[in-house]
Amino acid sequence: MTTRLLPAGDRAVLLHSGDLATTMAVAAHLRQARISEIEDLIPASETVLVRLAAGVDIVELGDRILTVATSATVEADDEGGGHPLVIPVRYDGPDLADVSSATGLSIQEIIQAHTGTPWRAAFVGFAPGFAYLAGGDRRLTVPRRAESRSSVPAGSVGLAGEFSAVYPRQSPGGWQVIGFTQQVLWDIDAEPPAAIQPGSWVQFVDVDAAEQRTAAAGGRATEAAPTDPRTSEA
Amino acid sequence: MNRSLTVVRTGPLALLQDSGRIGHAADGVGRSGAADRASYALANELVGNSAGATAIECVLGGLVVRAESDLVVAMTGAPAAADIDGESVEHATRMRLAKGQSLRLRAPRCGLRTYLAVAGGFDAPVVLGSSSADTLSKLGPPPIAKGDELPIANCDGPPIGQAGPSTVAGRPATVSGEPITSLRVRLGPRDDWFADPANLAVGEWRVSPHSNRVGVRLDRPVDPGAAEPALDRTITHEMPSEGLPLGAIQVPPSGQPVIFLADHPLTGGYPVIAVVLDDDIDRAAQVRPGQLLRFLLTP
Repeated sequence: MTTRLLPAGDRAVLLHSGDLATTMAVAAHLRQARISEIEDLIPASETVLVRLAAGVDIVELGDRILTVATSATVEADDEGGGHPLVIPVRYDGPDLADVSSATGLSIQEIIQAHTGTPWRAAFVGFAPGFAYLAGGDRRLTVPRRAESRSSVPAGSVGLAGEFSAVYPRQSPGGWQVIGFTQQVLWDIDAEPPAAIQPGSWVQFVDVDAAEQRTAAAGGRATEAAPTDPRTSEA
Repeated sequence: MNRSLTVVRTGPLALLQDSGRIGHAADGVGRSGAADRASYALANELVGNSAGATAIECVLGGLVVRAESDLVVAMTGAPAAADIDGESVEHATRMRLAKGQSLRLRAPRCGLRTYLAVAGGFDAPVVLGSSSADTLSKLGPPPIAKGDELPIANCDGPPIGQAGPSTVAGRPATVSGEPITSLRVRLGPRDDWFADPANLAVGEWRVSPHSNRVGVRLDRPVDPGAAEPALDRTITHEMPSEGLPLGAIQVPPSGQPVIFLADHPLTGGYPVIAVVLDDDIDRAAQVRPGQLLRFLLTP
């Protein structure tokens, strides 16, 4: 799709791409371009809001930003192609049965689908450090819960729409919770505080399966080998 | 010597604020910081602080503080009548608050947020590069409460009388006594979702009491018999969430707009019809519940 530039006041412009893959490529391209007048990027599912420093010529800069954005292609988007962040998950969430009936997958198949391919953070929103992970197994596309929970514990691993996410802090939420991780994804003393940044790759691994393998081998648990997202099947 | 202020009383809300958290959008954290940036900066300038020092932002006055050491202070923003131990003091003027003296702010006659800066700045814990209280993300210090002892950073600044002008005249104020506040806006990004986006600038809007640091909520009658036109949508399907700039005017299904201020969420799921110009945001942060507001379209 073509990316368009929409006005957003005198300190920002909105780039509308209309689909997630193009939007992610545009955001990655702008991050790499390191245009000094850009104060912040706020990517979402179909748009990237570009916030600009005070006193810039918004017309001239808007043209430059649109030029960079339209040169971004999904194919050329190879940002962060290194090791993904590995997140061990215990798949015993309260909504597994609902996800199973919504997708027609068995619980084992849900786990295999969730851990089978790496995910990539498209954008962060809703709460500090809450990253929308995209590009996973399409069979896991499910609606949000009919009723939102008033409190979802930190570390809950959820599904909603085409996205997966880990709740970084306790909060209300309506995502279908399929498991939990002990991994800390939000730490205000860390730099950056959100372990998953827009563009980051994430690989979920099944803790139980790892433990069974360890038990079978009679040895210590080993770190799950990170997969290279560029070479793994997508 | 330990320098501090003791909080004897607070009004509706008093928060520590500075210039905010910059560059944390990728962490899902907004900027926060003083809602009326110009008044906050002026308060620091008056007491000789460097830009970005932590100050108090209080809503509708009501704050009473006692100096535990000799201090230099200044108040800006909403002009709250104030006194030191019963003696009236000037707004937007640098003054001495001696050890043991109390500064009392009454409710301002216009405007909403008064800033109190102290030479040296308040010494508050820094979270993600700022000691601002973000009321949406729950980051930064909790609201200031009665009995708090607020430590003040040591300063080697010049003594009172030598730190530049002690008062400011002729500077454009963010608070005026006018009954109707006018804000300049630029249409977009989603003005094309509305039948007649220019209706935003027709007539006045009333500031709702549900306004806060997240946003100024507006209302006016939207029934067909109402004197002023409504913001009817032509595109009615759900909008995927998208990034919000400071000053974004979002129109939820109720048709009652929200102007987003310092603690706004990073993204929102309703169309933004227009955005308040950066220079007018400080004045948007000073409108009071019940007050009337008007938008002026600019190209």
